[in-house]
Amino acid sequence: MIAPVLSLSLMLLVGTASVPAVQEAPPPQPALQQAPAQAQPAQQEELVVDVEGGVQPGAQLSIAIPVMPAAAVAQTPAGSTDALGRQLAEVVGNDLRNSGLFDPLSPGQLRQPSFPEVTAPTFDYWGGTGAQALVQGFVRANGDGTLTVGCYLYDVSTRAELTRQGFVVSPSDWRRAGHKCADMVYTRLTGEGAYFDSRVVYVSETGPKNRRIKRLAIMDQDGANHRFLTNGQSIVLTPRFAPNQQSIVYMSYIGKTPAIYVYDIGSGRQRLVVQNAATTFAPRFSPDGRYILFSMARNGNTDLYRVSAQGGQPQQLTSSPGIDTGGSYSPDGQRIVFESDRSGGQQLYVMNADGSNQQRISFGGGRYATPVWSPRGDLIAFTRLGGGFRIGVMTPNGSGERLLTDDWQDEGPSWAPNGRVITFLRSGRGTSGKADLWMVDLTGVNERRIPTPLDGSDPAWGPLRP
Amino acid sequence: MTRTITLIAATALLSLGACAKKRPEVLPPAPVGSGADAGAGVADPNAAGGAVVPGSDADFQRSVTSNTILFALDQYDIDAQARSILDSQVEWLNRYPNVRITIEGHADERGTREYNLGLGDRRANAAKNYLAARGVSPARISVISYGKERPVALGSDEGSWARNRRAVTVIIGQ
Repeated sequence: MIAPVLSLSLMLLVGTASVPAVQEAPPPQPALQQAPAQAQPAQQEELVVDVEGGVQPGAQLSIAIPVMPAAAVAQTPAGSTDALGRQLAEVVGNDLRNSGLFDPLSPGQLRQPSFPEVTAPTFDYWGGTGAQALVQGFVRANGDGTLTVGCYLYDVSTRAELTRQGFVVSPSDWRRAGHKCADMVYTRLTGEGAYFDSRVVYVSETGPKNRRIKRLAIMDQDGANHRFLTNGQSIVLTPRFAPNQQSIVYMSYIGKTPAIYVYDIGSGRQRLVVQNAATTFAPRFSPDGRYILFSMARNGNTDLYRVSAQGGQPQQLTSSPGIDTGGSYSPDGQRIVFESDRSGGQQLYVMNADGSNQQRISFGGGRYATPVWSPRGDLIAFTRLGGGFRIGVMTPNGSGERLLTDDWQDEGPSWAPNGRVITFLRSGRGTSGKADLWMVDLTGVNERRIPTPLDGSDPAWGPLRP
Repeated sequence: MTRTITLIAATALLSLGACAKKRPEVLPPAPVGSGADAGAGVADPNAAGGAVVPGSDADFQRSVTSNTILFALDQYDIDAQARSILDSQVEWLNRYPNVRITIEGHADERGTREYNLGLGDRRANAAKNYLAARGVSPARISVISYGKERPVALGSDEGSWARNRRAVTVIIGQ
């Protein structure tokens, strides 16, 4: 169980004196002066990963992430500090590799730095490995039961330290320190927002296609710390995080009355959102967490509504004849994108948050469904139907449409917190009809499956953790 | 009757579970009675041997042309064949005026999940409206949409999809 109050705190390891805990760590002074970076004229180009064009396999940034030495070998509830140092380097390496932008050298082939070397890298050696960037770090067990993980990024060719951060975590959250370290490297080298320290809620699936058992499950974005939240007795669909990540809104067939519920992650309790005999579905929180946008089907007609996250009387937002569903707020909460078949087939529409000024934005061939507004606000991800189902993006005014995937059935995109990566479900054809979770970046180049214990569908990426 | 059998089955499973070694991740039995379990137009196998209780779902399935009507792709209109099936259902429902029914609306796998929930609701309501127009009190009829969650045919082909675009009438008792 993850406590709602996080014990992870972030320390900026700026200079030598700001944080005593880290100051006493690697003693040598020269490395901490950061002199090389400032003293050298900027002859070389800055080390940077260009994410816009997409990085083809083989062209990724070569990066070395050696085992992180322990200040002293000590036992913790998460294992010994030297074992953690090895595992942390793996977490960082896997995150960066999975982004598709980095090529981490195999840790087994790298020397393990000594503790003092963490702030004074042996650049002659690292230059010989072919690594362009170097991530070093250390682990220390603190007297109060917490762990400190230090994380340092170096440019191997200029021998400059680019950035550093330290994280104090409870031992059970040790992986988060690795994700935060990877986020530091990713943001410094790409200029894009962080996303590794985040979770995914999804529907775990098993059983035959006509009697599929579906359970809510939650995990870290890399598949670790997997946990089931419901027992599979009722069909559950389309879970989505609350902005504060303490609850999940989803649809369940509990009592054979399909309706939306809010599940409290801390207590495991859930409550019905709208007291109504009608079918409610397609729920999503507003960015401020105060409202839940949803669809209600009545007498064969489906419209969009919003209701206070605490419950109460819903407010109707659309009233056209047809199926209006799949609503998603813009990050500023001022607008809503949704799908409607009012023109015949499903198409995407944008309206003001109060339901006024409804404008169609999709006009390509086929149908468009499941729109989701990017957390950056610049794009809307969707499922395009026609032949197969494909994941695509377009701007909020409908221009610049690009399809990112091409398979039989890719459905239900959800954005990573940095707005550069999208997770979705991919269904197989035929009798098994198995579904898996996938992710793809905005270039469409880096596409990969997210490992889950069973099959999976309806992934929803949560916000970056604080 | 279906319900009783289900309960017995569930109890049996539970007692098995109690005897077996405790495992935290034992999955509960699959959701039952969603219509998919019975299968469109297939007689309840439990009804085959014993006596069929008048007014039960088994009696209904044995007496009507079919408990299931089908729809064209993305459509929800009641065609001539569906009308004839629903007419046979009206006849039976008039014989048991206190029996309540649920109409399940389903869609094939070629729509997105949320849209298909709306589409299933449309289809169930189309059937409901037809029955109501033929004199069955709407108060006796509830509807539920399963979208694409409970197919009867498992293939990814035209034949399977056609069977899955359906509305199924299920007797839920007095």
